[in-house]
Amino acid sequence: MPLHKTEYKGVLGWIDQRMPTVMVEYKKHLSEYYAPKNFNFWYFFGSLAIVVLVIQITTGIFLTMHYKPDARFAFESVEYIMRDVPGGWFIRYMHSTGASFFFIVVYLHMFRALLYGSYRTPRELVWIFGCLIFLCLMGEAFFGYLLPWGQMSYWGAQVIVNLFSAIPLIGPDLSLLIRGDYVVSDATLNRFFAFHVIAIPLVLVGLVVAHLLALHDVGSNNPDGVEIKETLSPSTGIPLDGIPFHPYYTVHDLIGLGVFLIVFFSVVFFAPEMGGYFLEWNNFIPADPLQTPSHIAPVWYFTPYYSILRATTEQFMVVLAAGVGAYVLLLFFTLRVRALRFAALIGGAVALLFMVGGPLKLDPKFWGVVLMGVSVLIFIPLPWLDCSPVKSMRYRPAWHFWMLIGFVVVFVVLGYFGTQPPSPINERASQLGTLLYFAFFLLMPWWSRMGEFKPVPARVTFAAH
Amino acid sequence: MKRLIAALCLAAGFAVGGSAHAAGAMVHLDTWPESRGKSLASLQNGARTFANYCMGCHSANLMRWNRLSGIGLDDRQIREFLIFGEQKVGDTMSIAMRPTDAKAWFGKVPPDLSVITRARTSFDYKGTDYLYTLLRGYYRDASSPTGWNNVVYPNIGMPHILWQRQGLREATLERIHHEAGKGLVREVSVFDTAGEVTVSREPVKGPAEEGAAYSFKPADATAARQFDSDVADLVAFLHFMTDPSAGSRVRIGVWVLLFLALFTVIAWWLNREFWKDVK
Repeated sequence: MPLHKTEYKGVLGWIDQRMPTVMVEYKKHLSEYYAPKNFNFWYFFGSLAIVVLVIQITTGIFLTMHYKPDARFAFESVEYIMRDVPGGWFIRYMHSTGASFFFIVVYLHMFRALLYGSYRTPRELVWIFGCLIFLCLMGEAFFGYLLPWGQMSYWGAQVIVNLFSAIPLIGPDLSLLIRGDYVVSDATLNRFFAFHVIAIPLVLVGLVVAHLLALHDVGSNNPDGVEIKETLSPSTGIPLDGIPFHPYYTVHDLIGLGVFLIVFFSVVFFAPEMGGYFLEWNNFIPADPLQTPSHIAPVWYFTPYYSILRATTEQFMVVLAAGVGAYVLLLFFTLRVRALRFAALIGGAVALLFMVGGPLKLDPKFWGVVLMGVSVLIFIPLPWLDCSPVKSMRYRPAWHFWMLIGFVVVFVVLGYFGTQPPSPINERASQLGTLLYFAFFLLMPWWSRMGEFKPVPARVTFAAH
Repeated sequence: MKRLIAALCLAAGFAVGGSAHAAGAMVHLDTWPESRGKSLASLQNGARTFANYCMGCHSANLMRWNRLSGIGLDDRQIREFLIFGEQKVGDTMSIAMRPTDAKAWFGKVPPDLSVITRARTSFDYKGTDYLYTLLRGYYRDASSPTGWNNVVYPNIGMPHILWQRQGLREATLERIHHEAGKGLVREVSVFDTAGEVTVSREPVKGPAEEGAAYSFKPADATAARQFDSDVADLVAFLHFMTDPSAGSRVRIGVWVLLFLALFTVIAWWLNREFWKDVK
């Protein structure tokens, strides 16, 4: 077979003759991937998420070299890494800080999508892959948190795995399967270790590749929500508002990287516990199956969902049932397709049957688990819930923007109450927050159409630097 | 070693009451003087107290003796002044008492103290302040199985091992609480140096809040002051053990941030040069 004809010289030419894919993909994803030139601050967090992923994988590999996934040695081996392994404290603090920063970066990345409608057509798959990455990340964080085998590791895992036992019929067996034992034990630690170091990361990396491939097929959105591929240069066929990702955005992202690393390493070197939010104080006590801590709280990035779980009490079920009833009526009177209207009615009736009264009524704990799950999964259908005629908040009514900010406030408030011990105020605030959280999403098909929209320009708004 | 055995035998005689330790009812904690954590003399004094007294019952299994180089001690000094038994400087700071014996003697295994200042920290208070107040919060209580009680940790299982260093003290515990039919009541319990208690109670006149306070009257004020200082040093040492790399961490961190600042400036400049083309 003759060698492939190449335009490159030297080593690159030699490689190109034998594996043309290298330069084809380099062009497709970097030097000839045209990104809108009007990216702003919010567009740093995609590349930063990759940076954190690399930090986590690299530090994780080194931690695995010294960590012992054994209930007798796990706690000690983590402290061994911190004390006796040269540079071990640096690796461990980077990994523990990286976990929290992964969520900070991903939450900001998702906020950007909500701000500029980045999930709208044709980027639904980019968004769905992103949501799946988020799910993996939560799994990764949950499984990883057991590994230091401290009190909070142990009891956090105990509480969360027990939640699965609330599922009717299969629940108890399912939680037994996850634990591998009747209580969290060495068996649990071993399987969580396997999930944390190989199973989930493998899926995670695959999803990241899918996320990027899907993005590069349709091209990036931008703060104006303008499709740059609709205005091509007549001579070159390149988007007029697009610039090659490399070198323009690689060099641009370097600034983001620099600032990010300053913040990141400020925490690693000067406040690795971050006041008990990144490394919980209780987790410096070795796991003790006989002594339950007085207050069990998940790490901060899980607390909004944890609040939703705790909000779902027997009393609150009545409010929830009323909410479901009202929502079904709303669907019934607004859906256009007849079959869908009745499907909503029947679906609602069945849900209510399981929620209030009668022999089929399920435990509020189960509904708490359901709500917690739905609160995470509800991001997935966002491309279809958002019916706004324009993508970007820039051209939507000002109050749409304040709705989004309101949602962020609710999310943060739920998060705060999730870190606090239970109290009557906590319960009421979490319940109100839960209602507002779901109302934001479920009423979006109505409110996102309302108000006065501004005209969207044909080209992106950009002032040369 | 003799002193260790003596302390052990003494301690072995004590039975231990359960702990009813509610974080909510915590008394006000004194602030540990943080500057002690930076003084090598303080840290070394703390290490001496730790090896002489605490290690009778408490291990620091996560710590190796030669990690004490972090507080300015070389191997010879560690061997001569701190290690009492056959241990080598590369060994961990373990103790001879078996956990099963400890459980039988004290009702509970005395916790390993390697990471104690961190483990004792919460959103409400620092572990260093907690330990500083706890170790200075003992008073004689004849009704307690050990003969000792503590204002921070009522019915604590650990006796006041360092009492000879502090000297005896008279303790006054004041508690204002609600009583049915009487409203707010101030209850003052005075424990004399033999641990005998005199309780007086009276209804509170004027504005007051529920709460607890305490004060001590030491028999030997000079010894008590010196003791406060020694405990501050001991807490400094415990705090050092909790994260021995903390000192070098902060030192390296400054350089890392300086490098990153330079990196960011260069990245910013590079970006400006490239983006001049983008119109």
